[in-house]
Amino acid sequence: MTADTLDPAVARLLRELAPQVLGAVARRHGDFDAAEDAVQEALVAAALQWPAQGIPQNPRGWLYHVALRRITDHLRSEMARRRREDAVATQVWAEWAFVPPPEVEIGAEGDDTLKLLFMCCHPALTPASAIALTLRAVGGLTTAEIASAFLVPEATMAQRISRAKASIKSSGVPFTMPAGAERAERLGAVLHVLYLVFNEGYASSSGPRLQRTDLSNEAIRLARTLHDLLPEDGEVAGLLALMLLTDARRAARTGPAGELIPLDEQDRALWDPALIAEGVALVSDALSRGSVGAYQLQAAIAAVHDEAARAEDTDWPQILALYGVLERMSDNPMVSLNRAIAAAMVHGAQAGLKALEALDEDGRLRGHYRLDAVRGHLHERLGDAERAIAHYRAAAERTASIPERDYLTLKAARLAAGRRVAPAGTPAP
Amino acid sequence: MKFMLMMHAPRGTGDYKVNEWSPEDFKAHIGFMHELNRGLMAEGVWVDAQGLAAPGEARLVRAGRDGAPVTDGPFPEAKEFLAGFWIVEVDSPERACEIAARASAAPGPGGAPLNMPIEVRQVMSAPPTDG
Repeated sequence: MTADTLDPAVARLLRELAPQVLGAVARRHGDFDAAEDAVQEALVAAALQWPAQGIPQNPRGWLYHVALRRITDHLRSEMARRRREDAVATQVWAEWAFVPPPEVEIGAEGDDTLKLLFMCCHPALTPASAIALTLRAVGGLTTAEIASAFLVPEATMAQRISRAKASIKSSGVPFTMPAGAERAERLGAVLHVLYLVFNEGYASSSGPRLQRTDLSNEAIRLARTLHDLLPEDGEVAGLLALMLLTDARRAARTGPAGELIPLDEQDRALWDPALIAEGVALVSDALSRGSVGAYQLQAAIAAVHDEAARAEDTDWPQILALYGVLERMSDNPMVSLNRAIAAAMVHGAQAGLKALEALDEDGRLRGHYRLDAVRGHLHERLGDAERAIAHYRAAAERTASIPERDYLTLKAARLAAGRRVAPAGTPAP
Repeated sequence: MKFMLMMHAPRGTGDYKVNEWSPEDFKAHIGFMHELNRGLMAEGVWVDAQGLAAPGEARLVRAGRDGAPVTDGPFPEAKEFLAGFWIVEVDSPERACEIAARASAAPGPGGAPLNMPIEVRQVMSAPPTDG
């Protein structure tokens, strides 16, 4: 049973309830791995029974009941096997013999979802493992769905998830809310994981693998959940706003053949005004409360782009100022690269090229295709087709993204074609 | 049966001189590949397709005596390289060749078919089940 064949209303409900039920079962049972298996079984049972028999009165209680039943069934057979060897275990059994009936309300579900997110995004896990575990445990996706989204065989993904669970078990991370500085650090890790999930879907939304866009939707759904749980946190709001403001441009971002269309050439009528309005409101509200963070700043920059009716109406001085603040906060050469683009838009291409020189000295972006791509753009703006073509081609050789390679090759081809028809020395338009 | 269709392409400066194509021709080529993939999916024969990054940084690796990697390359002189591949699941080798011919005829300058060489190789399978 997969989400594809399931009634969408039931699928949505199950995915919303999955982390709440898993949180409650993990809190009671302590063994995350066993809890996770039991909840997966309960979800499968619900997916088979609910469409035919109707959604129960208290669906969360039903799932909780069924999951605990699975655990007790499993314990019972384990006990039978061990009874001869270990009499003490009977005590554990007694504690588990009682399974609350499906009508019983289970409480504090929001808190449990949050604890679950914190556990799945634990820094002891590699990003790839944290992503897989978060999508499975909190997102309620099946292993097959996650595998297909990341284009790896299901067995590989199953192994990745089970290793992640084993790492959590062996690291002894308790199923509790971290406090103080550790809480802030862990929240940062959660935001990073959601950001990676979003990008994985967004950066590859073209080509024959359209299902990958589901990852962006899933990241947005999880960020919404997190924002509902922590409405006061500016960075959570900032990340959600950044995703919405970026996703709003999806339809305009690629052409009919899957080719990449840059921001300044996009048909802005295709942008989603509802997503833009929601994102702008979120980030404005967060910033007005005086909190500043990297996600909020990136969202603010995305908002400035999204609010310009035409590319030439873009408020570049404001974008330049925002990148300036971001650069001082983050020490990320990619931010410096983007600031150089903004500087070029405000002070001219020559100023942009000058700003890039610092990045050559920095060295961290040495040989990165983006550096060549930006130089190509700036030389093109200066009318130096020769240099622009050379940089575009160098960038096209280095990028690992097919749509990006095609876009850069096309840029070079357009310039070369223009050069052939225009008399020598004529500056590019 | 599964087949791997391997597209060998000369570098941008080689036989096809991709760097000299007009923007329209290049766009038509991309659009063709896109449609080809979409068609293979719709026919239910598409298993996988991957494009490989340009060979500028390609290396040949062997394990040394101590097991550590010994690398050779990059090879700026290489004229031909594996640009990408499809894996398709079809009923016969003839069908795989038909698909390869479709890919081979991808348009080049002026929309004329490139007729690129596509190597067709069967993917070996697990042992057959008994009975």
